[in-house]
Amino acid sequence: MKPPTDTDTLTAPAELAPVENPAVGIDQTAGNFSYKMDYAFDAGTGLSEDTIRYISSVKKEAPWILEFRLAALKKFFSMPLPTHWATKDLEAIDFQKIRYYLSQGQKPKRTWDEVPDDIKKTFERLGIPEQERKFLAGVEAQFDSEAAYSNIKDIVAKQGVIFVNSTEGLREHPEIFKKFFGKVIPTGDNKFSALNSAVFSGGSFIYVPKGVKVAQPLQAYFRINAENFGQFERTLIIADEGSEVVYMEGCTAPKFSTSTLHSAVVELVALKGAKIQYITVQNWANNVFNLVTKRGIAHEDAEIKWIDCNIGSRLTMKYPGVVLKGERARGEVISIALANDGQHQDTGAKMIHAANNTTSNIVAKSISVGQGRSTYRGVVHIPKHLKGCKNNTECDALLINTNSRTDTYPAITVRGDQNSTQHEASVSKVSADMIFYMQQRGLTEGQAMSLAVNGFINDLARQFPMEYSVELKRLIDLEMEGSVG
Amino acid sequence: MSTLEINNLHVSIGDKEIVKGLSLTIRSGEVHAVMGPNGTGKSTLSKAIAGHPDYTITSGDVLLDGVSILAQQADERARAGIFLAFQYPSEIPGVSIANFLRAAQQARMAEGEELDASAYYKRLYSKMDLLKIDRKFTSRAVNDGFSGGEKKRCEILQMAMLEPKFALMDETDSGLDIDALRIVADGINTMRGPNLGVLLITHYQRLLDYIVPDHVHVMYDGRIVKSGDKSLALELEAKGYDWIKKELQAATA
Repeated sequence: MKPPTDTDTLTAPAELAPVENPAVGIDQTAGNFSYKMDYAFDAGTGLSEDTIRYISSVKKEAPWILEFRLAALKKFFSMPLPTHWATKDLEAIDFQKIRYYLSQGQKPKRTWDEVPDDIKKTFERLGIPEQERKFLAGVEAQFDSEAAYSNIKDIVAKQGVIFVNSTEGLREHPEIFKKFFGKVIPTGDNKFSALNSAVFSGGSFIYVPKGVKVAQPLQAYFRINAENFGQFERTLIIADEGSEVVYMEGCTAPKFSTSTLHSAVVELVALKGAKIQYITVQNWANNVFNLVTKRGIAHEDAEIKWIDCNIGSRLTMKYPGVVLKGERARGEVISIALANDGQHQDTGAKMIHAANNTTSNIVAKSISVGQGRSTYRGVVHIPKHLKGCKNNTECDALLINTNSRTDTYPAITVRGDQNSTQHEASVSKVSADMIFYMQQRGLTEGQAMSLAVNGFINDLARQFPMEYSVELKRLIDLEMEGSVG
Repeated sequence: MSTLEINNLHVSIGDKEIVKGLSLTIRSGEVHAVMGPNGTGKSTLSKAIAGHPDYTITSGDVLLDGVSILAQQADERARAGIFLAFQYPSEIPGVSIANFLRAAQQARMAEGEELDASAYYKRLYSKMDLLKIDRKFTSRAVNDGFSGGEKKRCEILQMAMLEPKFALMDETDSGLDIDALRIVADGINTMRGPNLGVLLITHYQRLLDYIVPDHVHVMYDGRIVKSGDKSLALELEAKGYDWIKKELQAATA
């Protein structure tokens, strides 16, 4: 680890590549830039107790958090990769070559001229405003997001809502957040939740007081922009009794992450009668392993809804879940995944029914393009002693090319005789005849493809907030454009 | 005034030759009916002209206003003014007719040019009124779960909106009951005029009771073997296709 005063200058992409290239056979130089790095707050590469102590000390954390992190690290080292059920591609991750902590002092410096033309064009096509483009390309570390965030923060603060980052949340409001932190998703839930628990930084901590209905969606987009995207972000949202909140994270612009591993943990707690809606739209660069654990607990009459859209990445493994703990609790997962060439979207949902009269709904749609592979993996559990529980699971897959692949592993366990479930799965293909039909009306092959794909997800996309569904449509247009010869 | 000229066209699917040297010229304002028994290559002819990738044109040419369209992709031909009304139109789940037609209109505009949405809807509704189509129709997904009659009506609406120079109607009457047939025929008759040339492919004469053709051609074994005016259709109806076959056999014997 470098001393905090040391300053390094990296000038060539070639020098950066070995540091952040655990994956073999992928061109890491594409999308890389040369820029100066200030190592003042950098944990260096590799993972050890020292790394953890360093992160914790930079963040000036309470001793219990350091203990939490160290215990998690042990857990992480002791757990095997889940390759007995998941893809062996996970073995390509070299945990010792990853940089686990970059502080907010880390601001990439490069000029707009250095940004490759195709990236500029992508931003343009996505309709991203000029200022934002510069931020996303790393030219500017922030635009007006700082202002936008503090604006939102101030507005909701008037209602007593706490909207801060994880470090601040644990430091300033331990009485609120400590109670649920790491309780919805225990450290040892899986190897990657253990990793996150050891090295987490960034992410949002939100508390919505009793009965408060937050009028506008809370956008992590602004908050995260204001302090750099986290790789190991940790989010905890607590909606107190009868409150309501919508949280949105991500954006459709491709993330030119300098890291190849993204592993977040998101915990939601909806107390009696509360409602939480969590919306994610993410578009990762195709060298990223995106391994995320998301789960919520819904108490009596509470409702948790995950809307999750995954595009890009080399491998995404994400199964948002809801534990339906109180009577009449409701859980829902709406998921869209798009796997292009060389990408694997392994996504799904978990619904654990733990009280009577709880209901869950899963609608998952996946699109596989070219050699892309999508997998639906789901768990629905309704034990014997419960009654009046209902589940509906729908998984639909769309294959664009004959060499695309899709798999479905729905594990639905419903015991007892007073519960019901419904499961539907379909696989469809964009047929040559359908494309010809659309071309005969004047659409190019690419336009026809994206229209077919947009039609396929249309009923789900409509549930997204307006600006997200518009971005999503544009993004699919771009993805499909590259998929035709 | 436009011309669609088919010159000694040969079309194969895989190794099998289906259209074996067919020539036909259609001008704006004309309605040509091509009749013939099943399997003589009528549908193949229309799909080959429209540019379906499964159909290989091995020789001959198709010219639109004197320019060969064979090097063009299906979508370029469509934008150039060739419209194919499908015998079996594809379903496009999740895409409303209104959005589909909007995308088709947008595709005809220059890069960077945006379709004026309100003008588009105004035009769409006026066409629907003209064709006596209910307003709710266009919010349904294209052909998704449509009856045979609804699918054909959807084709006619698309044709009305896209205003092609030439319409190739592939067995437009198939699968229609008499009421649906009348509605579709009314639609085509409404659009008939000096700016539109029509190639009407049909197996039965009954469609021609409603859409009276200027020329009738009989297709057999990949060629046009007989041409005439509308009375030829009636003659076929009375005598059946065997009459043509016998005539041909007599000629080649």
